[in-house]
Amino acid sequence: MSAADTTTAEVPPTRQSPPPPPAGEPDARRPRGGRGSGGTTTPWLLLAPCLLVLALVMGYPLVRLVTLSFQKFGQSQLWGFQPAESVGFGNFAGVLGDGEFWQVVLRTIVFAAGCVIVTMVLGMLIALLLQRVSGWVKTLVNIALVAGWGMPVIVATTVFKWLFDSDYGILNAVLSRLPGVDLIGHNWFASGPQGLAVIMLLVIWGAVPFVVITLSAGLTQVPAELEEAARLDGAGAWGVFRYVTLPILKPVIVMLTTLSVIWDMGVFPQVFVMRNGHPEAEFQLLTTYSYDRAFVVNDYGQGSAIALVTVVLLLGVVAVYMRQMLKIGEVE
Amino acid sequence: MSAIASGADPATDRPRRRRSKAGWNLLGLFVFAVAGFPVYWMLNTAFKPAKDAIDPDPSLLPTGLTLSNFSRALHIADFWGPVGRSLIVSLAVVAIGVVVGLLAALAISRFAFRGRKIVIVGILAVQMIPLVAMIIPVFLLLNDLDQYDKLSGLIITYLTFILPFTVWTLRGFIVNIPKELEEAAMVDGCSRTGAFVRVVFPLLAPGMVATSVYGFIQAWNEYLYALMLLSQKNQTATVWLSNFSTKHGTEYAPMMAGATMMALPIVALFLLVQRKMAAGLTAGAVKG
Repeated sequence: MSAADTTTAEVPPTRQSPPPPPAGEPDARRPRGGRGSGGTTTPWLLLAPCLLVLALVMGYPLVRLVTLSFQKFGQSQLWGFQPAESVGFGNFAGVLGDGEFWQVVLRTIVFAAGCVIVTMVLGMLIALLLQRVSGWVKTLVNIALVAGWGMPVIVATTVFKWLFDSDYGILNAVLSRLPGVDLIGHNWFASGPQGLAVIMLLVIWGAVPFVVITLSAGLTQVPAELEEAARLDGAGAWGVFRYVTLPILKPVIVMLTTLSVIWDMGVFPQVFVMRNGHPEAEFQLLTTYSYDRAFVVNDYGQGSAIALVTVVLLLGVVAVYMRQMLKIGEVE
Repeated sequence: MSAIASGADPATDRPRRRRSKAGWNLLGLFVFAVAGFPVYWMLNTAFKPAKDAIDPDPSLLPTGLTLSNFSRALHIADFWGPVGRSLIVSLAVVAIGVVVGLLAALAISRFAFRGRKIVIVGILAVQMIPLVAMIIPVFLLLNDLDQYDKLSGLIITYLTFILPFTVWTLRGFIVNIPKELEEAAMVDGCSRTGAFVRVVFPLLAPGMVATSVYGFIQAWNEYLYALMLLSQKNQTATVWLSNFSTKHGTEYAPMMAGATMMALPIVALFLLVQRKMAAGLTAGAVKG
């Protein structure tokens, strides 16, 4: 990862292309193997504890998630009164045949897409802006961003709940001071779309800082000579951005976008806490829907089926991410 | 975008450049105000007298300075119990995570062996699985192992997301330490372990501190598993805050005081390490 390499290095290299170390690494390893130090058992011994933990708490549950989604598993199976029995594709048929499920899928995709697009565009604009402001303004913006980024999700959620409170929330009070606006007592969570828009705002507020900070690091690596040359060749600001800056930043952008998709599809506490632990039907996203099916309706089989569908939906995005990692030589 | 065009005009003369700079600064201050407002309002509400917090026409500026909301927050429900439990869980997770993660990171960054690439891809892929999707089987697993409602169960669970991240970031830090240093020490008669302890470890220490702090923050902030795997009497700090209400309804001013108490140490820690972490994070991070 180029941004990673340069920010950890003492002196940021002027070029964007990842520094040679990854390429040099395998060569340097050769003589060491020849020295016969440890052979192949040492690395596996070092890896063993890590792999063991991951197999227990990640591997096993993952397998269990798949088997569960093919079983009838409710209260009585949970307490061991009845053995879990296979129902084949019954859970999937039940879930996929439910019209509500497809509404939830659509809502989740629209929600996540909205979050990702706004986060990335806003992040890019702020990163570009930070290149143009005075030093003290940059410092101020950075402080605000880092404070927002470091804020625990639950704290941020409760703060937003308070900002948007219908009776005493500051937002209603301030907006109502504008001429022609009367939002006194307005309940932002009375309707699903409006409430989810508020939650989207909360997610974006927490996600933008990471994007800005990473893109800012990337922007420092865009060679000034290249931009200069493009400008001399008659490119306007947009042309420079489109044909010089953007291509150079592309690996970082792909990485940030895929990560954002994964994070934003997994939004849970924001919705859950905003709706006091019982999201209404209009607020259900795939994550809360799966949770609801398992722990409220007590149908663990269907809940798992929904979770599995979510994971499968994300596999495509993960594939893009992994390909990018392989391409830039981070995984050599 | 049109604003950018004027700012980057090649033939800009001095005064014009200055004017556009002022415009950018103004825009920057606007971003600062919007991004910082939720934090400001949290602090503002936490320190103002409780009766001013439920003013239907609230003042944007501070109306007074009082600590009564904090003492009220500490009274409403047990605060130190949940904080203590959060501390135990987060510290244990970080301690185990860093040791186990360091070993694994060494294996994949300093050794050549068959299957190395698969391990790397596997660790990266594990990070990508949304934790929320795993809650049902993890819940059943801990139930079967008799670890439900135990801090140890939560600690094991948190390792799933702390470990891959720790391995990956530490690997990044190790790769940046030149191999030649180690080799020089070995030529001078150090064993491989000796070379690591005397040469690599001191260089790695800052990276390890940053990784630990970041892992601590992640564990501290986790909500869903803490909610699901522990009962009310064993709740952690995040769950404590989300349950913040009394029989009179939600008291926002003490709630913001509670939020402040939870956020300040974490944001402070975060400020310490964010510069170092922003780098490692791009390579597959765990926030959210």
